[in-house]
Amino acid sequence: MSRLARLTPSLALLPFLLYLTVFLLVPTVTVVVGAFAENGRFTLANITALADPVALTALRTSVLLSAVSAVIGAVFGAVLAYLIVSGGQASWLRRSVISLSGVLAQCGGVMLAFAFIATIGYSGVLTVWLRDHLGIDIFGSGWLFALPGLILVYAYFQIPLMVIVFLPALDGIKPQWREASVNLGANGWQYWTQVAFPLLRPAFLGATLLLFANAFAAYATAAALVSQGNPIVPLLIRSGLSSEVLLGHQHLAYALAFEMIVVVAAVMGMYGLLLRRTARWLR
Amino acid sequence: MRTSPAFRVVRVVLLLLFAVFFFGPLLAMLDFSTRGTNGSRTWAAWANLVEDPELNRAIVASLLLSLFTVVLMLLLLVPTMIWVRLRVPRATRLLEFLCLLPLTIPALVIVVGITNVYQWVTYFLGDHVLNLTFVYVVLVLPFAYRAIESALSSIDATTLAEAARSLGAGWGTVIGRIIVPNIWSGLLSAAFISVALVLGEFTIASLLNYENMQVVIALLGKSDANTSVAASLAAIAFAFVLLLLLSVVGRSRRTEGS
Repeated sequence: MSRLARLTPSLALLPFLLYLTVFLLVPTVTVVVGAFAENGRFTLANITALADPVALTALRTSVLLSAVSAVIGAVFGAVLAYLIVSGGQASWLRRSVISLSGVLAQCGGVMLAFAFIATIGYSGVLTVWLRDHLGIDIFGSGWLFALPGLILVYAYFQIPLMVIVFLPALDGIKPQWREASVNLGANGWQYWTQVAFPLLRPAFLGATLLLFANAFAAYATAAALVSQGNPIVPLLIRSGLSSEVLLGHQHLAYALAFEMIVVVAAVMGMYGLLLRRTARWLR
Repeated sequence: MRTSPAFRVVRVVLLLLFAVFFFGPLLAMLDFSTRGTNGSRTWAAWANLVEDPELNRAIVASLLLSLFTVVLMLLLLVPTMIWVRLRVPRATRLLEFLCLLPLTIPALVIVVGITNVYQWVTYFLGDHVLNLTFVYVVLVLPFAYRAIESALSSIDATTLAEAARSLGAGWGTVIGRIIVPNIWSGLLSAAFISVALVLGEFTIASLLNYENMQVVIALLGKSDANTSVAASLAAIAFAFVLLLLLSVVGRSRRTEGS
């Protein structure tokens, strides 16, 4: 077969490749190039502007928010996932928890912010009830709209995401392993600490990283909740996009978006490595 | 799994605590959105879902967006995936990489870089909220890819295609009348998850200044919180039903296969 004839079938992939080039690769390259350019010339000014106190504080808050919500999500999500798995494979509980998790983890955003505004916002149901009946003010000075509130609302979609990501790993734990360790004289505690936990550790750490990246890149919840100031990187990007001139650097939005790519790509890279280790055991 | 009575009690207690955490806010939304003056109940906020012209337009826009996104995604992805499997297997890894790439590149990053592309889109097609379809296809790609891929690898596509070809079928017939009917449940899953994602999308629409459902919900939150809470709860419930149906579809596929 000639070289040309061999390549002909590949031509059918062109529409797909072209589409992804225009709507995925071009935007990504635009961000990367834009982070290193000003008025068509190469510059590091945008990148150095990331060391600006405002941008640094936002980065620190973002990392803190992502890390705390990832750890909370991972721990509670793993527990919930275990509770579901121990209820059997095809239970209605399992199916509805997974579906609800899918909604909260992937489709939520703005709606989750309103769920908490309706619950513990200034005129939220729980706030009003506690104020009227017990005289307790849980609204305080509006912590819901600051970092503690963000952590709480983020947990509301991080725990479900953990359930989705961690369930396959728990399903991969074979009852034979437990039987084997019991046969060898292990008690329940020894089985968990010396067999199950070490096997699940890569999957757990990997899922935690995924949760971190998820929280770091999340925008909708914070945008709907926080209207004053730009405490985290995604919100700083918003103000960079809408006002175009921030701290005197037009391209700061590009630089911040580039920063986000770097952080998320690094975290997802580690996640990929851990996933490969998990796959060795849990299939 | 062996369960002691103590574990069973702990399990129920923990599940109840999780239920309070997850259903508490949802029930609060229901209460909040039906709260009238002086402790009375009113469904005015829910009536607004169809009566408020701005919200109504945005809901219709989001529904149309999810429809168009599903159609364009299927048209783009399904023939490509089948073709790669049958004719260009060496592109398998490339296809997988490209389809999963949007998981690593956040929507927020895409929206920062896509302004120029959208200037062209607007230039050719006019300024319309449905233009969002193009970038939404990219957004749903990883989830749709996984759904279709799992359906596609559960059938022996090569043998089916060879049988059809040897009986004189053209490639169009092979893809449209042989493979697609066999991966129907995978396509359905891909469509459901795409609809759920598009209905919940806020980031891109809001930053490109288009008004889809979520953008209007967020806007209304400042003036009429009851209505936006009602709309949020309705959307969550709708997405939940979609995903529940999806899990039933996925289960019937597994039982067919085994």
